[in-house]
Amino acid sequence: MDNRSSVEIFTEWDIVAARQLGRNEAKTTGFGTVDQARITTAISELARNIYLYAGKGKIEIERLSTNGMNGITIIASDEGPGIPDLRKVMEDGFSTSGGLGAGMPGVKRLMDDFKVESEVGKGTTITATKWLR
Amino acid sequence: MAQDVGKQYEELLKKYVENEDETNLYAAQQVSRKFIEKKISPEEVISYHKTSVEEIFPDLSARIGPSYDFLIEVMIHYGLALMEHQSLIRKQEALQIEMDVAVKVQDMLLETSIPQVEGLDIGVVSKPAKKMSGDYVYFIEQGNREACVAVADVMGKGLPAALCMSMIKFGMDSLRSQATEPQHVLGVINQIVEKSMDDSMFISMYYGKYDGSTCTFTFGSAGHEPALLYRAAEDRFVELDAKGLLLGIRKEVGFEEKSVVLEKGDFIVMLTDGVTEGRNSDGFIDEEVILDMLRQVKEQPAQQIVDYLYTELFKMQNYMLHDDFTLVLFKKE
Repeated sequence: MDNRSSVEIFTEWDIVAARQLGRNEAKTTGFGTVDQARITTAISELARNIYLYAGKGKIEIERLSTNGMNGITIIASDEGPGIPDLRKVMEDGFSTSGGLGAGMPGVKRLMDDFKVESEVGKGTTITATKWLR
Repeated sequence: MAQDVGKQYEELLKKYVENEDETNLYAAQQVSRKFIEKKISPEEVISYHKTSVEEIFPDLSARIGPSYDFLIEVMIHYGLALMEHQSLIRKQEALQIEMDVAVKVQDMLLETSIPQVEGLDIGVVSKPAKKMSGDYVYFIEQGNREACVAVADVMGKGLPAALCMSMIKFGMDSLRSQATEPQHVLGVINQIVEKSMDDSMFISMYYGKYDGSTCTFTFGSAGHEPALLYRAAEDRFVELDAKGLLLGIRKEVGFEEKSVVLEKGDFIVMLTDGVTEGRNSDGFIDEEVILDMLRQVKEQPAQQIVDYLYTELFKMQNYMLHDDFTLVLFKKE
């Protein structure tokens, strides 16, 4: 399967590698500059969360082509502590303006589809997709 | 659609770089408004700019292009911050609506009507500083002969305060047919409050009962501001205070009960600390000022006196209420 590739996240440098991979894939899929920047920012946020809260994990990028629609999916997975209160994490706070980062609501806004699966003590998997219009 | 506005932007920019005319800048302002209306994000605007510059200066684009990509990257978070801001504003509007409903419920719950008692003229004004009041006035009338009033100040505002007030109301209603002596009423309400409210909530309350057949005003106080009695014959004010602890502190508390007989032209002013602790730019408004104001309008009907006092004090505080403001006036006709 050539349309799926991944970067393991261990250090902050891996975040850059994940961004680079995402940008290349987005460009290949045909996204414009603005959407490339949005997808990359989303990857950056997700990778950073892995790096900060789980210590290690993985970013996978998948190019999609279904029913004549093209798009890109980011899958961020880790075996970290998990998210105890999903509702709180998904709430708009003052994270962006406070300079803490876009947070989960930010990633959700940057992409079209967004899904979180998390179990406390087991880990978290976030899947986010953006479609080419 | 996005292309339309992008094209429009390009044409405007082109005109502007040709003649640097203010008209085009004015048009740019209109376009900016249109962008916001169409929810076009900051990073998209920069991308329009990039495309336009590439069209207008094709020979420059190879050198300048990447710098715009850089700027787009930087602006992504501004776009997010903007969206978050808009979503928080919508949330605030929703909360506002909920709050308005709560205020309506409070008003309904706390509705009271002024008793009609032979020889007694009653005036009342109660204004919240914020949306929900912490002050509470409740009247009970006993067959054209007796008028009872509770003036309470709940420390702690908002919804918990409103719930507290309904407790006072139902406490008083349940006593309606039985004894209405201040000592008794304050004792019963204290027990209700002590039992049902958490320790952080306190209520001060003044309770008075006017008996038309004897022209006697009997009163008690649970840590509340003393009332003021104006003696028309002597043209002087007397404080009407009675010993008693705030409601909700201890289960068994004694409340002192006192009474005065009203003569023609006498009046009693019951109030909350929002009246006595009004502030102007020089500090607290002096009590003497309030007494002088009362003297000036003492011949007028009770409602006009309290309305006048409220308006004047509101003006003195630069049209701002720092605390809930409540005045109840009993005037012997």
